Amino acid sequence: MNTTASFPKGPIKKIDGDAFSLNGDDIDTDRIIPARYLKCVSFNSLGEDVFADDRNEKQGEHPFDKKENQGCNILIVNANFGCGSSREHAPQALMRWGIRGIVGESFAEIFYGNCLALGIPCATASKAKVLQIQKAVVHRNNQNWTLDISRERINNEEESWDLNIEPGPKEMLLKGDWDATSQLIANEEAMKIKLSTLPYLNNF
Amino acid sequence: MSAKTLYDKVWDLHQVAKLPGGSTQLFVGLHLIHEVTSPQAFAALREKGLKVICPERTVATVDHIVPTTSQLRPFEDPLAEEMLSTLEKNCHEQGITLHGLGSGKQGIVHVIAPELGLTQPGMTIACGDSHTSTHGAFGAIAFGIGTSQVRDVLASQTLSMNKLKVRRIWVSGQLSNGVFAKDLILHIIQVLGVKGGVGYAYEFAGPAIESLSMEERMTICNMAIEGGARCGYVNPDAETFSYLHNKLHAPKGIYWERALKWWKSLASDERAIYDDEITFEASKISPTVTWGITPGQGISIEEKIPLPETLPPEERQIAEEAYKYMGFTPGSPIEGTEVEVCFIGSCTNGRISDLKEAAKIAKGKKVLERVKAFVVPGSEQVAEEAKAEGLDKIFTDAGFEWREPGCSMCLAMNSDRLIGRQISASSSNRNFKGRQGSSNGRTLLMSPAMVAAAAIKGKVTDVRKLTKGNH
Ligand code: SF4
Repeated sequence: MNTTASFPKGPIKKIDGDAFSLNGDDIDTDRIIPARYLKCVSFNSLGEDVFADDRNEKQGEHPFDKKENQGCNILIVNANFGCGSSREHAPQALMRWGIRGIVGESFAEIFYGNCLALGIPCATASKAKVLQIQKAVVHRNNQNWTLDISRERINNEEESWDLNIEPGPKEMLLKGDWDATSQLIANEEAMKIKLSTLPYLNNF
Repeated sequence: MSAKTLYDKVWDLHQVAKLPGGSTQLFVGLHLIHEVTSPQAFAALREKGLKVICPERTVATVDHIVPTTSQLRPFEDPLAEEMLSTLEKNCHEQGITLHGLGSGKQGIVHVIAPELGLTQPGMTIACGDSHTSTHGAFGAIAFGIGTSQVRDVLASQTLSMNKLKVRRIWVSGQLSNGVFAKDLILHIIQVLGVKGGVGYAYEFAGPAIESLSMEERMTICNMAIEGGARCGYVNPDAETFSYLHNKLHAPKGIYWERALKWWKSLASDERAIYDDEITFEASKISPTVTWGITPGQGISIEEKIPLPETLPPEERQIAEEAYKYMGFTPGSPIEGTEVEVCFIGSCTNGRISDLKEAAKIAKGKKVLERVKAFVVPGSEQVAEEAKAEGLDKIFTDAGFEWREPGCSMCLAMNSDRLIGRQISASSSNRNFKGRQGSSNGRTLLMSPAMVAAAAIKGKVTDVRKLTKGNH
């Protein structure tokens, strides 16, 4: 596990490291982090429990347990990854395990937004391309992979694949604006106008 | 691009600013919080030296972790106790109203906000819980958010969002006897798929939807998220207004008249433009049950578990996974499948009308001996109403356990959980692997009346067969 690596901050242009693959469509947040691990008031220990039930079932053969994947930071998934509940514990658990970027065919919307708010890019590609990347990852013999946000691509030393990153999130990642809070607070005046004009807050 | 729909109107009204990256800063009219997704948000606020900017626009309750047997404090589970006391402390420090245990107003967040009249047409409502879509039943734009966004709303009363497309789901005709809102939404999700709604808000409309009570509309909107749509809504109408009338937080006196006028103006225009439209015929829908591990894997009670070759290619892999996990043989009927645990409750189907429908089936009958069956009312108010009508007695006489309100075995964060490979008939909303507290436990989703029928017979049963002659 890679929990000691520092969490994302500032502009995120590319992610250098090693990639591994987790196969399957519709992997929901209950699987990423089973509900019983939600009983916590801090996210700190979640990295250990990511995919707890699946890993337990696979007895060391789960991608998150395999020796060659330890220290990896780029995850390749299939379609509708992160569907189900809105729990941010899911991306938090992935981040605390060491994931810094995800590539997949598609992502559930809330999960995608939760990842972005943590500075974890989710890039997409066609089904065929994702399968190619997964194949390349499984047979990888070098550990030098890069998820390049500005170029929208993933590559190793030999091959590269173009990806899609939505323009809004892309700009936010590149500029380091993915942490929305400070921007939202800056517009306090405009917010207060809503507060004093919306019919249901002002006796209609 | 959609125009003049309720979604468009409410969205426009709540826009605060355009943000870098192209998303919109949206004002949040009502923010609901609970013990599971809020502690880290408060901690982050503290870390940044920020305060809750509009504490009066946030309302808290406790639901996910509360035990349903004894709610005496401190809880037996120290982690649950810590979560609740953290919420109490945070609310106290920041001046947020908390509807706690024993207040008479506690319950599942999506049950209490409507019953207190907090949920109203035209609002934007956010909560760190994906089933926030429930509140769309009132013609509000309501959606689940993550913990970072909970922090954002606490700090700024706004959040960063992208506008969704709008799909109108028109349901013509009327549901037949023994077929409920739950069956309708399970059917819709089965047809459109669990990913079908990604990027969309679902507007539910048409004669069948208009005939639904508010509680039934909540069941429909609640599960919009299971179909991938982050929010679902129904245009407000006379039914909406009569539900809201005299609710605690509903406008009163001259303000009520003014509110009505405004609310009526919000409904989608007759000539509204939708990004997509689709039609269902309500009378063709039968009681619907899930057989697999996603809420989209549903079939009518008369159908057989689908053969892989009859499924679209992209659904085969997850179907294979489901046969294996559930231990079901493709081609065998779902009716007659033995169940071991029966759960009536949750924000989908834990309201008073749900309990009434289930009680009709349970009345004068007995839960099969080997079956564990229990009823968890969605809120203290639901529990009180049920007791006043004697429903608790009907259930306990029939051999159901009658519990205290909370989320309970919908997600099994308390001690209500499946054991090993147990199989449940559940009125909740998710049948994901491990959802009900055992990593290999199995869930069949269905309406509360169907759950009651399953409890009596010990197996999946067409509720219409039990009610024949009663109509
Ligand atoms: S009842 Fe279930 S779905 Fe609803 S809020 Fe509670 S845990 Fe979530």
